[in-house]
Amino acid sequence: MAATVGVVVFPGSNCEHDAVEAIEALGGTARIVWHGSADLGGLDAVILPGGFAHGDYLRPGAIARFSPVMEAVGEFARSGGPVVGICNGFQVLTEARLLPGALQKNAGLRFLCREATVRVERTDTALTSGTNVGDQLVLSINHFDGNYLADPETRRRLAEEGMVALRYVGNPNGSMDDIAGICNPEGNVVGLMPHPERACDPLTGGTDGAVLIGSLLASAGVRTSY
Amino acid sequence: MDRSHAPEPAPGSVAGVEETAGVAEPLHRALGLTDEENEAITALLGREGNELETAMFAVMWSEHCSYKSSRVHLRRLPSEGPRVLVGPGENAGVIDAGDGLALAIRIESHNHPSAIEPYQGAATGVGGILRDIFTMGARPIALMDPLRFGPLEDPRSRWIFEGVVRGISGYGNSVGVPTVGGELVFDPTYTGNPLVNVLCLGILPIDRLVLSAASGVGNLAVLLGSRTGRDGIGGASVLASAGFEEGSAAKRPSVQVGDPFEEKRLIEACLELLQSGLVVGIQDLGAAGLTGATSETAGKGNVGMDVDIRSVHLREEGMEPFEIMTSESQERMLAIVTPADLDQVMEVCSRWEVRASVIGKVTGTSSLRVLDGWDGPVLADVPALALGEDRPLYHRPLAAPADLDARRELNALGALRAPGPGESEDDLKSMLMDTGPVWSQYDHQLFLNTVVGPGSDAVVLRLKGPGVNSVDSDPLGRAGSDRGLALSTDGNGRWCSVDPRVGTAWLVAESALNVACGGGEPVALVNCLNFGNPEHPEVMWQLSESIDGMAEACTALSIPVIGGNVSLYNESAGVDIDPTPVVAVLGLVPRLERRPPAVGLVEDQSIILLGARDESQGPGALDGSAWAARRGHRAGALVPVDYEAHAALLGLVAALAVDGLLGGLHDISDGGIALALAEMAVASGVGAAIGGVRDHAELWSEAPSRVLACTADPLGVLDRARAAGVPGLVLGSAGGTRIGVEGLLDLELDEAVGAWRSRLSG
Repeated sequence: MAATVGVVVFPGSNCEHDAVEAIEALGGTARIVWHGSADLGGLDAVILPGGFAHGDYLRPGAIARFSPVMEAVGEFARSGGPVVGICNGFQVLTEARLLPGALQKNAGLRFLCREATVRVERTDTALTSGTNVGDQLVLSINHFDGNYLADPETRRRLAEEGMVALRYVGNPNGSMDDIAGICNPEGNVVGLMPHPERACDPLTGGTDGAVLIGSLLASAGVRTSY
Repeated sequence: MDRSHAPEPAPGSVAGVEETAGVAEPLHRALGLTDEENEAITALLGREGNELETAMFAVMWSEHCSYKSSRVHLRRLPSEGPRVLVGPGENAGVIDAGDGLALAIRIESHNHPSAIEPYQGAATGVGGILRDIFTMGARPIALMDPLRFGPLEDPRSRWIFEGVVRGISGYGNSVGVPTVGGELVFDPTYTGNPLVNVLCLGILPIDRLVLSAASGVGNLAVLLGSRTGRDGIGGASVLASAGFEEGSAAKRPSVQVGDPFEEKRLIEACLELLQSGLVVGIQDLGAAGLTGATSETAGKGNVGMDVDIRSVHLREEGMEPFEIMTSESQERMLAIVTPADLDQVMEVCSRWEVRASVIGKVTGTSSLRVLDGWDGPVLADVPALALGEDRPLYHRPLAAPADLDARRELNALGALRAPGPGESEDDLKSMLMDTGPVWSQYDHQLFLNTVVGPGSDAVVLRLKGPGVNSVDSDPLGRAGSDRGLALSTDGNGRWCSVDPRVGTAWLVAESALNVACGGGEPVALVNCLNFGNPEHPEVMWQLSESIDGMAEACTALSIPVIGGNVSLYNESAGVDIDPTPVVAVLGLVPRLERRPPAVGLVEDQSIILLGARDESQGPGALDGSAWAARRGHRAGALVPVDYEAHAALLGLVAALAVDGLLGGLHDISDGGIALALAEMAVASGVGAAIGGVRDHAELWSEAPSRVLACTADPLGVLDRARAAGVPGLVLGSAGGTRIGVEGLLDLELDEAVGAWRSRLSG
């Protein structure tokens, strides 16, 4: 049976349809999960999609972390379940302390919707298992608050425990150490600012994102077979 | 009728109602109604209107809401066509796109609010146009923004420009609808009065199409969304229906404030209500607020309505009834529901955290009554239809400019000397502009539909939308999603100031050609008519001529006009803007197997000119051109469009684009062959060397019905052109590090790229 990926929708999320479309195009099954739900109901993986959860009020992700679903996502993540936060989803993961650091306004103080090239730094994660270290992927970024920042202690930890999954080649937003995506030490929780779901169709955003979504489906599938 | 004595709203007052010291005037005048209009209201009511009733008529009969100056002319536009489901007069035009799908489209102006408060003016323009689309039951899938400002060197224009772009970015991105394109023009004519037009396109299953009529005595009117506040009191009458003068900052309280998160939840809640069949009718609250929404739904359904103002959620205490009834607070909708469905409606709204309250009841009368409590006193009692149907209709005097004939004789080719060494290169550099710094601030990719995004001739999208035909669970499966749509917005105040009739015909032709460059067959057009003060006979002449030009072109090319918006009083300090109609042509792309050719060149491919050359070589070749305007020449006579030749070119270009015969494609318009070639070169980083262009007139002519194509198979393309009856000529080839036109132009590609890039970032 195909892996079922839950796509969490907060009021204000807007990339959920795109995530569902990419998952289904790659042979997975997607299910929308409402933020008020406290139960993930047997999902194999979870995506927190992009958008503006709760209008980004206060700051991106700050209110979403209190949604009932986040408790369930936290438990799922701690039990080793694959969890990927894309863009606003990455911001939610940092606010929920499932990933360290924070995302502040872009260095240019402008919203940026454009292509960005990223380099794979680590491959034993829920999102990059199908890639090789050093692979370069062209993906879209689409954010105002994508400038990753962490305190010196966390910065050291990111390096020591290999928690950087993706780095920009040509830093678009001022991110510390060119960080585009990070993961927890185990690699099952990944957050990234670029949108892999926007790069799964040659007619729209290219196809470099398919290997990432495909990796997620693979990790979801592995989990099913336990 | 003559409105020239109608006073401006008193400076310093919110809606012009308060009187400033020493100036006493009747209420109706302060609200923008003429004495004659007030007499008409008295006749309709059989008595004098009270303060609230007069305020309600004032907003509904404002130029912005009533189209009282333009309606008599708009009737001349062709609006019928085999695909037209809904024409002008509703919230949006709708066409049948095939496969059970329909497309809803509308364009509007938010010029005056944006001049006063750029961020919120533009943001609320986006919010308003979105509501017009989902009111029809459609999922909004694309926004476009044709923008016009004064020169970048003018600090105030720069402030307005940057604020408007941030407003569109801030609202559009957050509300979750991609902004896929638009236009960006800087010209001194817009210094005091920028043009901020906003277009929205939505997709829906045909059987979900809803109109705004209320019906069923006893049904309930439920107000959804934001609380009603004092923002935007009388925006339609104060801002949109009068010109600017010094001190317009005093009108800032008439600008509304937008909340994209509220709108996002409102979109989702309303689409769910519509999809579940829980509403009988629905209407957005735009200009004229509750007065407009209640009178329009009741009037269209031939029913009456009682509205209890005490049931309206308010932002602040102490609001007067007229403020509640005319507030333009954003993010509000009025849904008509049956009492039996009310609980379910409330449940959907509650899940989306959308405020909902029953504020009205459909009655068997024809009156719109405003009550202070359901059993309380009647504050207003007016015939629902009177506010809309009985609005004034003016045949304002119109007159061509006195020097029209003399100006037409002044052709640019005769009046201006040929360029000296280096001049053409400078001209070209001044015209190049990379709009990337603007559109990279807009999410233009959401919903995975954007095949060709901003910066090309036409936007090309997949014919697909969430909740319609994007995933398996949608009502239509994936029907139609392998097809596409092409969309282009086009305006040109320079052409239309030289000749509003032919200039507008050129616009229609250009917009249709842009759509063809995206592989689309034009199926509908909407327009946003930005003109000056209608009390100036010359402005009314421009409007009338422009509409005639549009009618002529749309009839000849079989493109129905399915909606429009008229923005008048675009003037500052008594000076009218150049007439600037903006048209948007929507086309359908039959197959989307590959991306249409880009605005670009491919190394070693041939560059071909498609289209007739006679007009671009004739004596009027340079009239209306950017080249002539740069030399201060804005006169002459535009050459007429040869519609038969244009239709043949449209068919050929669309077929070549879809069939994949071209490596690059660009229509020839602003800046002529020179700018078209240079834009292709800088966008792809590939130079070009062409010849066969007769002289500087042909190089810079903006005569219609021509494209530049880049192809690896010139003979094949020329064969196709011959078969279609379109002249074709190989001009040269792509490659190298220069942009060269033999004997006329020679510019280093890097220098062109530098000029292109630095225009907005400098």
